[in-house]
Amino acid sequence: MTTPAPVKTTYREAVRAAIREALQRDERVFLMGEDVGRYGGCFAVSKGLLAEFGAARIRDTPLSESAFVGAGIGAALGGARPIVEIMTVNFSLLALDQIVNNAAAILYMSGGQFSIPLVIRMTTGAGRQLAAQHSHSLEGWYAHIPGIKVLAPATLEDARGMLWPALEDPDPVLIFEHGSLYNMAGELAADAGAVDISRAAVRRPGTDVSLITYGGTLGKTLAAAEELGADGINAEVIDLRTLRPLDTETIIGSVSKTHRAVIVDEGWRSGSVSAEITARIVENAFYDLDAPVARVCSAEVPMPYAKHLEDAALPQVPAIVAGARRLVSGHE
Amino acid sequence: MSDEGAAPRAIDRDHALLLLRQMIRIRRFEEKSAELYSDGKIRGFLHLYIGQEAVAAGAMQALRPEDAVVATYREHGHALVRGVSAGAIMAELYGKVEGCSRGRGGSMHLFDAATRFYGGNAIVGGGLPLAVGLALADKIQGHPRLTACFFGEGAVAEGEFHESMNLAALWQLPVLFCCENNLYAMGTALARSESETDLCLKASSFEMPAWPVDGMDVIACETATRRAAESVRTGGGPHFVEFRTYRYRAHSMFDPELYRDKAEVEEWKERDPIPAFAARAKQDGLLQDEDAAAIEDEVGVEIAKSVEFAEAGTWEPVEDLTRFAYSERPAGR
Repeated sequence: MTTPAPVKTTYREAVRAAIREALQRDERVFLMGEDVGRYGGCFAVSKGLLAEFGAARIRDTPLSESAFVGAGIGAALGGARPIVEIMTVNFSLLALDQIVNNAAAILYMSGGQFSIPLVIRMTTGAGRQLAAQHSHSLEGWYAHIPGIKVLAPATLEDARGMLWPALEDPDPVLIFEHGSLYNMAGELAADAGAVDISRAAVRRPGTDVSLITYGGTLGKTLAAAEELGADGINAEVIDLRTLRPLDTETIIGSVSKTHRAVIVDEGWRSGSVSAEITARIVENAFYDLDAPVARVCSAEVPMPYAKHLEDAALPQVPAIVAGARRLVSGHE
Repeated sequence: MSDEGAAPRAIDRDHALLLLRQMIRIRRFEEKSAELYSDGKIRGFLHLYIGQEAVAAGAMQALRPEDAVVATYREHGHALVRGVSAGAIMAELYGKVEGCSRGRGGSMHLFDAATRFYGGNAIVGGGLPLAVGLALADKIQGHPRLTACFFGEGAVAEGEFHESMNLAALWQLPVLFCCENNLYAMGTALARSESETDLCLKASSFEMPAWPVDGMDVIACETATRRAAESVRTGGGPHFVEFRTYRYRAHSMFDPELYRDKAEVEEWKERDPIPAFAARAKQDGLLQDEDAAAIEDEVGVEIAKSVEFAEAGTWEPVEDLTRFAYSERPAGR
């Protein structure tokens, strides 16, 4: 048996292929959101799907985040399998009531009677000079909420493979697609499909320091690891993939081996995913540590527009490298 | 559009008995709840429906078993008339595992899959998008049924009201919006919070048929809702019914009622839907004096049994605290 040759694709196309597959496989699935149909999606993810599947399954909505997210919840309760697209995480704040007070809570407050098999996809993150209302990384907020699951696909495989298991999940799943990844190109197995969404992944094995990250900063973190490798520091890179529930086992397994951890998180440091991971390392692997946990996060400012300021506000390769070096050698 | 001129529905003796019984069930259930609250048996927030019984009792007559209901935190009456047992509701108020939400929800979050009762939503306006979605699922899947969404007039100030009304009308979804206008959003009178106090005008602006009805008249409530439901079922898109009603009791058990005159409350009490309907049914020769007494006896027994059931109920083991944060059913179902 010969394996079909890998195909060249982009993150955007991989997400689109995943949506198309879901629509083909399950007639209960439909996509709704602002400009997903005629416009083809704000980030062109759903381009072409309206022509292929029709307006009943590719539904353009009014600019009513609360209503269409809530309608997704209701439709899931009513037996459909909605994929709701929100243009950016900042806009999702207009639907926070529905996500937190309904999607996350109804199963529990109904005593287990009503589950909500809903997927909400949205763009997150900075790097495109979109300033302070389109650039934030608020997935850490959502990861705070019991009742929902939070995914952050950082690779082509995950962009292609996370949607189907998310739809199969009986509970609400939020998928955060980093806006800077849509144009990421590469090769994907021709038969790429569903992936496991319960575990973090070791993207680069190493022995000297664990670099723990997710989503849009995976690429920068891998680049930092390469740079460290040139200096003889063998860094392990962990891609969290799922922010809730966190795969503590993989994190602790890595840190127990390397005895050092740098967490790279595009969210703000205070009250962030990086803070949660730090706490788990301290709770579970305190005596394995040879150095304090280090963090590389975004500056605590609303995202600035100007390119040099935005670059300065975000985690960058030199800061990750410096952070790791400090831990390994005790000095830069 | 107005419901004035629509002939009141002609009813027979059995139906008169049913309507009176449902209103009395709610009244006595709520009175007992208030008493049990004072006794410390029920805690948290408790919002009583006393005064508004004609709305739930009348409107629910227009619904079929396959329809869905979305309600608010003042929903004991809706759940009762919809068919959730008084015992399951009372046990829920007690916080017992035998409650309709296993004691996880309490007074504000009654849920019941068997009667398609989707809560019990305690965020004002928060249930409207859900109702739109339930109706969307029905439309997509070709289920010939509707979703009735009950909410108070306070919700019309929320963005979720406007977003949901627009979406339901835009997509012509089978939603029956039942707005219970009891004049006060907690303590804020409608005129103190809305630049336009004509709720049907607001609904009409979404190109949605809308009509007001006397919410103290159970027959009028039933007639108006049946007319709206009929139209929703035959492809007429969403409809809006404004029930003009009044809450006799405080907003919740923590409300000193500084915002309204006692005289106003007394004035509305003269229009109490229960004696008004009993008198009218008697005048029409449908009911006799002993009918009301017989209903009171039956209901008294039902409520007493519901309290016994709640008292005898059990506390969910603390070990089960984290159950149902996520589903126990496997993926892929």
